[in-house]
Amino acid sequence: MNSVHVLPAAVAPHQTMEQKSTNAALAVRNLSVFFGTNEVLKRVSLDIASNAVTAIIGPSGCGKSTFLRSLNRMHELNPEARMTGEIRLFGDDIYASIVEPVIVRRRVGMVFQKSNPFPTMTISENVTVGLRLNGVRDKKILTERTEQSLRMAALWDEVKDRLHAPAISLSGGQQQRLCIARALAVQPEVLLMDEPASALDPLATSKIEDLILELKKNYTIVIVTHNMQQAARASDFTAFFYLGELVEFGATTKIFTSPSQKRTEDYVTGRFG
Amino acid sequence: MNTAETIITRATPGAGRTVIGVSRFGDRAFEWLTLLMAFSIFVLIALIGFELFRGATPAIRKFGWHFLVSGTWNPVDGVFSALPFIFGTLVTSAIALLLAVPLSIATAIFLTELAPLWLRQPLIIFIELLAAIPSVILGFWGSYVMVPWLHIHIYPLLRSTLGFLPFFQGQDSGPCILSAGVILAIMVIPIITSVSREILRSVPGLQREAAYALGATRWEVTRIAVLSYAKRGLFGAVILGLGRALGETMAVTMLIGNVPYIGLSVFKPGQTLASVIANEFTEAITRLHTSALFEVGLVLLGVTLVVNALARLLLITFAGPSVKPQN
Amino acid sequence: MQVVAFICAVLVITPLLLVFYHLTKLGFSSINLAFFTQLPRAVGETGGGMGNAIVGTFILLVEAAVIGVPIGVLGGVFLSEYAAVSVSWWVRFGADILNGVPSIVWGLVVYALVVVPMHGYSALAGGIVLGLMMVPMVMRATEEVLHLVPGGYREASLALGISKWRTILQIVVRTALRGIVTGVLLALARVAGETAPLLFTAFGNPYWPRNLTQPVAALPLQIFDYAYSPYDDWRRQAWAGALVLLLLVLFINISVRVLTRERWGAKP
Repeated sequence: MNSVHVLPAAVAPHQTMEQKSTNAALAVRNLSVFFGTNEVLKRVSLDIASNAVTAIIGPSGCGKSTFLRSLNRMHELNPEARMTGEIRLFGDDIYASIVEPVIVRRRVGMVFQKSNPFPTMTISENVTVGLRLNGVRDKKILTERTEQSLRMAALWDEVKDRLHAPAISLSGGQQQRLCIARALAVQPEVLLMDEPASALDPLATSKIEDLILELKKNYTIVIVTHNMQQAARASDFTAFFYLGELVEFGATTKIFTSPSQKRTEDYVTGRFG
Repeated sequence: MNTAETIITRATPGAGRTVIGVSRFGDRAFEWLTLLMAFSIFVLIALIGFELFRGATPAIRKFGWHFLVSGTWNPVDGVFSALPFIFGTLVTSAIALLLAVPLSIATAIFLTELAPLWLRQPLIIFIELLAAIPSVILGFWGSYVMVPWLHIHIYPLLRSTLGFLPFFQGQDSGPCILSAGVILAIMVIPIITSVSREILRSVPGLQREAAYALGATRWEVTRIAVLSYAKRGLFGAVILGLGRALGETMAVTMLIGNVPYIGLSVFKPGQTLASVIANEFTEAITRLHTSALFEVGLVLLGVTLVVNALARLLLITFAGPSVKPQN
Repeated sequence: MQVVAFICAVLVITPLLLVFYHLTKLGFSSINLAFFTQLPRAVGETGGGMGNAIVGTFILLVEAAVIGVPIGVLGGVFLSEYAAVSVSWWVRFGADILNGVPSIVWGLVVYALVVVPMHGYSALAGGIVLGLMMVPMVMRATEEVLHLVPGGYREASLALGISKWRTILQIVVRTALRGIVTGVLLALARVAGETAPLLFTAFGNPYWPRNLTQPVAALPLQIFDYAYSPYDDWRRQAWAGALVLLLLVLFINISVRVLTRERWGAKP
């Protein structure tokens, strides 16, 4: 019983016309997440728009990371995790009982706070690992996808001459962009980013933010950040979480200039954090 | 199209389609495989217990408790008792600990408190290499180098100075209980030293600082703040060394003289639980003899397990599961 | 006090130095090509070698690795990646018990399990006993090394949609590979020097090994046999054998230390 892998003859256009319309990429309805008896997320409902950047903000412990992870079923790594509610990815229920988390994660990719390129692999091996370990062997596709992903992550020019150098020889900012390339190589539809620039210096951070603005043309991006200026700069929509509840969600400009909830206003103006 | 098919066809135009359920199979199978491998531990433990009991049953049935206390081991007459070997094991181990413990703990103190930094790592490596020397090589070297030297230079000295004690009376021919004890000491020094080092290192710096603040000298600091705090752990290290000594076979066999003996003089040849098995098992002709040797193995296993468990208990209650005794 | 402690430390390392010195002095001259390539000669004849014992040890170590490595590594994987805390505690406890079983007792058990049904001593029995002894050692070492792999790599791999078992084998184990190899080498070095369990499993054999169902010579066994013999020539070869065995064991131990130091940095 082996995986059956079928690849289109050519690299398919990533988004169909249908998906580029106003369909929500991710439709979240009444999502509650429990770790044991602890209710970490309380009946959250929102729509993540496609080809846009949605920022998730809130003070520590508000559940934003858990929310992000529930979008690709990564919260299930905690054996005590339970969820109720529904999340649909372009209309598909990702928590249906027949769905393998593995498949969800190939459609919804993730980049972490601390960059983690695999230390035993080279730069190009890191980029293609998601493909190779899922059975893709065609060298031509792998090479093409490597260049494509590294270009999309704005890293190609810096590493094109040393694709076979160890991945850990890169600087911190480069490693994070490598992780982005790695995530993009499997061509997900949504890219989740958990505080992707918080461990980086300002120059590397602004490169990542520029990258995000480029990427949203082809991907849906959800980014968790504790840096409000970053949210204001880089996102189209913002969701403010507090103590596990979604307090307010709307266009970023509105959230930051005229929020309708007092708690939102207090947070974005820095009265607490 | 139902949800499943939609997911398949839509899934990752980039990364390839995957049939649902496949990774579930791979994951399940792998998890079960690793579980089986891990649980082989319990199978092995059961096998050891089972086979020893099975092999020892004829002797157990024949001798019952007398096996442990009656004192005569005579294969020719078919009379078997493990008492001389229990005695030999205990005495050689006691000698080994008497010699090794002060040396080991002093060395551990030297390594953690007193030695200059550049000297520490080489010394530690030397001691760990000492632990790696195979038992048969130590036995061989002991037989031909150490024992003749002891026989000529040390034992007569002991006899003349301490001969009034019953321990040091009588002539020796080289291989004897004391010789076996000495080689055992050499073998347990590395483990007692390294565990003691771990124990001493884990004593919080605050203890030392407090003692210094009170005006103590370096030795006083070591004695008061470090050693007394570490007492239980150090005791655990010693018991661990004892556990190692109990199971030692080859070096002891080559240096102990291989004669069942119960008595006070350490210059006499003796026999331990492990060495009698090594010596007699391949030559045992009668079923009863073999069975008696299995029972000796059972006794040896029991004693070793209890001692090791005690050692671990001491170490865990002292330092928590972070202190790892090497084996 | 300082002086006393220093003297103790010196006393402690002296045996190692003496052993090495005497083995070299008494054994080095007997190490020649014949030693490695020839069989032991009959009593009274000079010359010959321990070739069969060296090959025998090699065969036994291969067998031991075949048994000990898969079971030990996969078991270690279970302990680190799958087991619930309580389960792994019990397995670890059991492994520690097994690590404390005297090697001669292992010999008794495998005698009953393998030698008796086979009606004879064999290389197979010798390999099995050494392999079983390796299992708890390799398992504990593997588990410890896998624990050191940062969780971020597992997460990153899973987030790429790579299945758990592939993540474990091709990412986690691969990252920890050097440490696992170290653990295996150390366990091999330990069992390479074992004599007691081979006394009634492999048993020894004056001829070249031919198949696994026959008794086989092994270096430590041969040293033990010769050490007791009254013949000078055999004793001379025993010194050489002891030197070779010691060098082998020390070589593995030292290389392992070099390998791990490069990675983690030495800390006294």
